[in-house]
Amino acid sequence: MQDSLLHQPVPFDYEGKQEFNIIVYAENRIGLLNRIAIIFSKRKINIESLNTSPSEIDGIHRFNIVITESYEVVRKLARQIEKQVEVLKVYYVTNDEVIWQELALYKVSTDEITEKVTVERLLRQYGATAVVIRKDYTVFAVTGHKEETDALVKALEPYQLIEFVRSARVAIIKDSAGFHEKLKEFEAFEPGDELVENEFLNKGEKVFTM
Amino acid sequence: MTQETMLAEAQPTTSTKPFKGTGSHYLLNALIEEGVKTIFGYPGGAIMPIYDALVDFSGKLEHILVRHEQGGIHAAQGFARASGEVGVVFATSGPGATNLVTGLADAQIDSTPLICITGQVFAHLLGTDAFQETDVINITTPVTKWNYQITDAKEIPEVLAKAFHVARSGRPGPVLIDITKNAQLQIEEFPEYIKCNHIRSYRPKPKVRLSFIEDAAALINSAKKPFVLFGQGVILGKAEEEFKAFIEKAGLPAAWTIMGEGAIPTNHPLNVGMLGMHGNYGPNVLTNECDVLIAIGMRFDDRVTGRLDKYAKQAKVVHLDIDPAEIDKNVKAEVGVWGDCKETLPLLTNLVHQNRHEDWVAKFRSYNQEEIEQVVNAELYPQGDEMTMGEVLRNINEICKGEAVIVTDVGQHQMVACRYAKFNHTRSNITSGGLGTMGFGLPAAIGAKYGATDKTVIAIIGDGGFQMTLQELGTIMQYGAAVKILILNNRFLGMVRQWQQLFHDKRYSFVNITSPDFVALAKAYYIDGQRVDQRENLKQALETMINHEGSYLLEVMVGKENNVFPMVPQGCSVSEIRLK
Repeated sequence: MQDSLLHQPVPFDYEGKQEFNIIVYAENRIGLLNRIAIIFSKRKINIESLNTSPSEIDGIHRFNIVITESYEVVRKLARQIEKQVEVLKVYYVTNDEVIWQELALYKVSTDEITEKVTVERLLRQYGATAVVIRKDYTVFAVTGHKEETDALVKALEPYQLIEFVRSARVAIIKDSAGFHEKLKEFEAFEPGDELVENEFLNKGEKVFTM
Repeated sequence: MTQETMLAEAQPTTSTKPFKGTGSHYLLNALIEEGVKTIFGYPGGAIMPIYDALVDFSGKLEHILVRHEQGGIHAAQGFARASGEVGVVFATSGPGATNLVTGLADAQIDSTPLICITGQVFAHLLGTDAFQETDVINITTPVTKWNYQITDAKEIPEVLAKAFHVARSGRPGPVLIDITKNAQLQIEEFPEYIKCNHIRSYRPKPKVRLSFIEDAAALINSAKKPFVLFGQGVILGKAEEEFKAFIEKAGLPAAWTIMGEGAIPTNHPLNVGMLGMHGNYGPNVLTNECDVLIAIGMRFDDRVTGRLDKYAKQAKVVHLDIDPAEIDKNVKAEVGVWGDCKETLPLLTNLVHQNRHEDWVAKFRSYNQEEIEQVVNAELYPQGDEMTMGEVLRNINEICKGEAVIVTDVGQHQMVACRYAKFNHTRSNITSGGLGTMGFGLPAAIGAKYGATDKTVIAIIGDGGFQMTLQELGTIMQYGAAVKILILNNRFLGMVRQWQQLFHDKRYSFVNITSPDFVALAKAYYIDGQRVDQRENLKQALETMINHEGSYLLEVMVGKENNVFPMVPQGCSVSEIRLK
């Protein structure tokens, strides 16, 4: 497991809670989601966002989990997850280390939009795209961070926001070269040097070799 | 096709070569291929095809019919712990499977390799709330190392092979395989069984890095007061000799967790005793005085550490463990050595300097002397009329001389047995450590007897715990398992009573437990026995029990309100251990 925090400006807050992105590469198996989820619920830790999707490699699934916890707690959680038989690798990174997006959908009354220019301006300002336009309602989509999609909810409140939904977060690690090379090592019988899971071992090196 | 015709078509072969037959037959072949000889189990509707196939395997697979599935899994645990092999349990769906849960949790926390095969309703009935359908996979997920539901017989070869590999490799643990009835009946052309030795997403052992061994050795070599704590990891890693060589070369005093007891003989000069809540005086106090703490194959359970923020704060910690998740989990390690201690210990032994640390080891001896005078003598050689659990253990030591396998249940008798029993050999102390499962003792002792057939197996059990799984007397009766059952009866749920006395102003709440006539009960199961309530009869009775051919039940009436000391009260530091 990498100690990604070596990239952080010192001093890093190890004690305080902050948002962490836990990224899990795993086999695509029934029941694994439950196995991972109970690692959090056992410790009464709330998952704020969870997304499962295919990864860049066929047959390997990727979980993006967002929680607000201290570094110490996240590190222990990550090790517990990585210990699961069908999990290949777990990364845990702060928001600074990822590029991330969430998708939000907004259903608003079409009358409101056509009548009120401010709404149109609002939507343009937030980079919304129209997904469906009907006589009675229009659905807009916005991708962005939670703060951005939340702000649009707030702005639309006076104009009959009929329905709102936001997806889980998907995140890409800035410093990552993907999982293809790693997978080869997993498939090899003997673990290679790249696959040493010991964060102590990598002290003083550029750890983020993924 | 009816079940009958499907079974008739099956080729009941015990060959491991490719063959056409039922999933059940293939599964049993696979067990044989994995070296399984003994199965503990209980049949039922959803596992009947496997039981049907068992008939064709008589002479090759011995199946022990237990009286309750919990008894079955504890027996498998006892078997695994005594033998070092994988324990195997069969149970049916629904209640059969849910009855395994306590044993799974026990095996998970104590890292015991098990394969549990549970029957399941037909695949087409899954999710219909069919008769005896339970979501076994989800119920058991938190208490298994791995689990899997087979709904198609074609999955059996790969899944079984993977199950055995997962259960026994790395940090061992329980694996549950749930097999729907259709898969058990399904006839297939099966391939040759191939054992699994690699799963890409699973690394049983982290790679050993020399630099960390070097760092650990440097710390140990610079230490003036080094102290070793060892757990079951040494036993699970079959590294008892490597461990002994290590502590002997560097002259390191070593104390054990109850799961590690017996990894080195009790009388080894560097064995300084037991850690934790009811452990020995010296090891607890000196934990907070040592300068380098070397933890090997142990996980700093709260019963070992007491109050964590006052635990060994002065010491630099070296932690050797096969499970990376254990390092830095409870206690921060200065040097974490990941790896199998069978590999890491010899490397470390090479680098540590020959040493003796005589004064430091003497300090343990001096604390030990104090403990003997203040606690142990009164327990082993009581002056009063009432018998103590300790003197029973002293007598066992005198008779068995450390050669017996001792299986305990949970409670006061467990702590006394672990504190005072002498062991010459590894895998001789079998107890429910992490989960503290009352009712573990009797069935685990049955399994231990199958796992160590040439040894005397003594089950030491309290009057409370015995009544939790006493139905397994029926198993002993049926198979003649020569388990020596020693009930230490204090007519109380003693450990809870002790806590109520010490920490709840003696407000005894539901700890007063009455018992049946245990000897008469044993007799009803055709098991010989006797009850002893006078000291002068104790030794003779113990000798009778141990020398008796076959199983025997001995009930010893001990003092009602004896307490186990020393004790580290909950929430206190290990150095605040109380002698009374």
